[in-house]
Amino acid sequence: MADSICRALRDGALEGELAPALTIKDSVASPFALQVFSHVLSQLFSSILAGKSQSRGLVVVSFSRSPSFYLDLLKNKGTDFASSNKQIQILDCYSDPLGWKDQLAGSRNFTALSNEVLVSSTAIVFREVKHMDKLYNSIIELGKGLVGGGKIRFSIAIDSVDEMLRHAPVSSVARLLSNLRSHDQISSIFWLLHSDLHEARVTAVLEYLSSIVASLEPSHQLANGQRGDLENFSLIKHNSKKGKFHVRFKKRNGRVRVMSEEVHIEQSGINFTSSPSEGAINQGLVPKVQFGLELSFEDELMFLVQVQFNLQLSEKERIDKANVVLPFEHQGFILHHLMASIALESLVLTLLALGNGKPIQIYDGRRSLVDSKHERPVAAVENVQTDENCGSGEIIYFRDSDDEMPDSDEDPDDDLDI
Amino acid sequence: MNQRPSNLLDEALGLDQVIEPWPLRGRVVAIEDQVETSGSFVLHHLVKRSLSPNSSNVTIFIAFSQPFSHYDRILRKLGCNLVSQRDNSRFFFFDMLKLQCPDGDEGITPEGGLIALYGKIHKTISALPEISWKNVSIIIDDLSLMEVAANGSSDYVLDFLHYCCTLTSEFDCSLITLNHEDIYSSEDRPTFFIQMEYLADILIKAEPLATGLATDVHGQLTVSIKGQNKVSNFHFKVKENVVECFYPGRSRGL
Repeated sequence: MADSICRALRDGALEGELAPALTIKDSVASPFALQVFSHVLSQLFSSILAGKSQSRGLVVVSFSRSPSFYLDLLKNKGTDFASSNKQIQILDCYSDPLGWKDQLAGSRNFTALSNEVLVSSTAIVFREVKHMDKLYNSIIELGKGLVGGGKIRFSIAIDSVDEMLRHAPVSSVARLLSNLRSHDQISSIFWLLHSDLHEARVTAVLEYLSSIVASLEPSHQLANGQRGDLENFSLIKHNSKKGKFHVRFKKRNGRVRVMSEEVHIEQSGINFTSSPSEGAINQGLVPKVQFGLELSFEDELMFLVQVQFNLQLSEKERIDKANVVLPFEHQGFILHHLMASIALESLVLTLLALGNGKPIQIYDGRRSLVDSKHERPVAAVENVQTDENCGSGEIIYFRDSDDEMPDSDEDPDDDLDI
Repeated sequence: MNQRPSNLLDEALGLDQVIEPWPLRGRVVAIEDQVETSGSFVLHHLVKRSLSPNSSNVTIFIAFSQPFSHYDRILRKLGCNLVSQRDNSRFFFFDMLKLQCPDGDEGITPEGGLIALYGKIHKTISALPEISWKNVSIIIDDLSLMEVAANGSSDYVLDFLHYCCTLTSEFDCSLITLNHEDIYSSEDRPTFFIQMEYLADILIKAEPLATGLATDVHGQLTVSIKGQNKVSNFHFKVKENVVECFYPGRSRGL
């Protein structure tokens, strides 16, 4: 599934559509977004180097890690920078985001260290992170410097939107991201977000701007207010090594697909396991949703709020459910089934044949006067056809017509203290 | 017992094997404590280890909480003389007790406040021989009082901390901070506190026992090291001149 994210970013934007945008979000309980971000970045960059992607260059906007972190990362993946530094540029918003070093250098004896040759050839220091318009221009300029003008596209990686949101209002950040997405030279864009640093609405704004949302959640939820006990410690230990990885794809037509994997964090890197196996602690508590299936929006919502019941039925439960006769099925039982399968024209003929002289009644929800004489006076409790071998169900239905009618001049809400 | 008394804490931080090169180099360490369980003993312990006679490590101590004499008295009990270390240029003490940052954005100038403090730290490290850079520890005691000095502007403090983090990648030095968890407990979303947890490579939490106060156990420490996926948990007892660390149920050192 992590592969499908990388594929989506690699394939890039369709003509006349916005560029695919990915939010990678995490929380303090499962803080592995940077590892996922690094994984996606190195995968995308190797596709760019191999010429397999739509984009021909990558601009990394680094806020929370130094440019050398990314260069080391790519070097460890076997990238040869002698030939490839024409395909990556880093906008360094990490080293001096507010221009403090610049100010200090101007006012006193302050000598900033000179960067390594490699860093200085691929990274450009940006000192005005509060100005989103300037940031936008710098990103586009860097990208155009990589791929030139025209129709050749490039990709953008922003290593945390959190820092941007600390320096600028949500609206400016949203405008910047939206403008980047809709720029006709952008192939794909992805960013990192620590969701617990922001209000839910801010996270929602960024998710609306993305076509793919990858979120990391802890494998085991900690009980609130019970910090410090040993049970929690063992959960923390579990959560420090692995987490749940959910990906939500939004298609152009609005269809949403949710998939889930498990991530394992190892010294060597990050591993994705396709079949999530629930730990013993959570078993039976979490919804057993079949991931990888196409879920409807409602299903997805149910899943997101973590409903605490089964969404699937066992075989026995399924049979029991099938045996429950719903209140409106009590008459014209055959008819109900027939109507589902027979065209209307032939229905009349079939009814005549089946009726065999006796009238078949179609229940219309009202109580007929004839029936009422033969029925029990309290309520119409429908008999249910039961099969002795199977379980049975019964729904007791009180018709509206059996309700006690209020006296004509009596206010039914009289007893309410309004 | 030939082992050092605080072996478990040292083990958890990787300080038990070699002290030079400084095992915490390039890392950001966040110590979080609570009002019932002070975590300042961890700071003292790290100062002591950093200034160990077998090493040439350097400590830059930024004190918002206590004067020099306080730390000197405590470290002396632990067997470390801060005055002589200061004279040897291995211990730099910045007394920030009276720091009052100018109010508002207009007041943020290089001449005063946290920008000037950052400049001082940068200058101190740059003046050291290049070989010592990676053995430098910048210690801040504590972040909540720094926030007070910054007129409650947590953004300004976060900017300062960001610049201190750039020092860890620029010089490969370490940054160690102390903060109090419970002063943020009433907030729905303690952004400053969570941000610090994201910044940290190593998180040390000092908490009271879940079962309440005890005479033999003063609290518990949880040390999480990101990247290595290592989490350790043990109990401690702070004594006059030593801190005892032990696994739960082994308070007598059995």
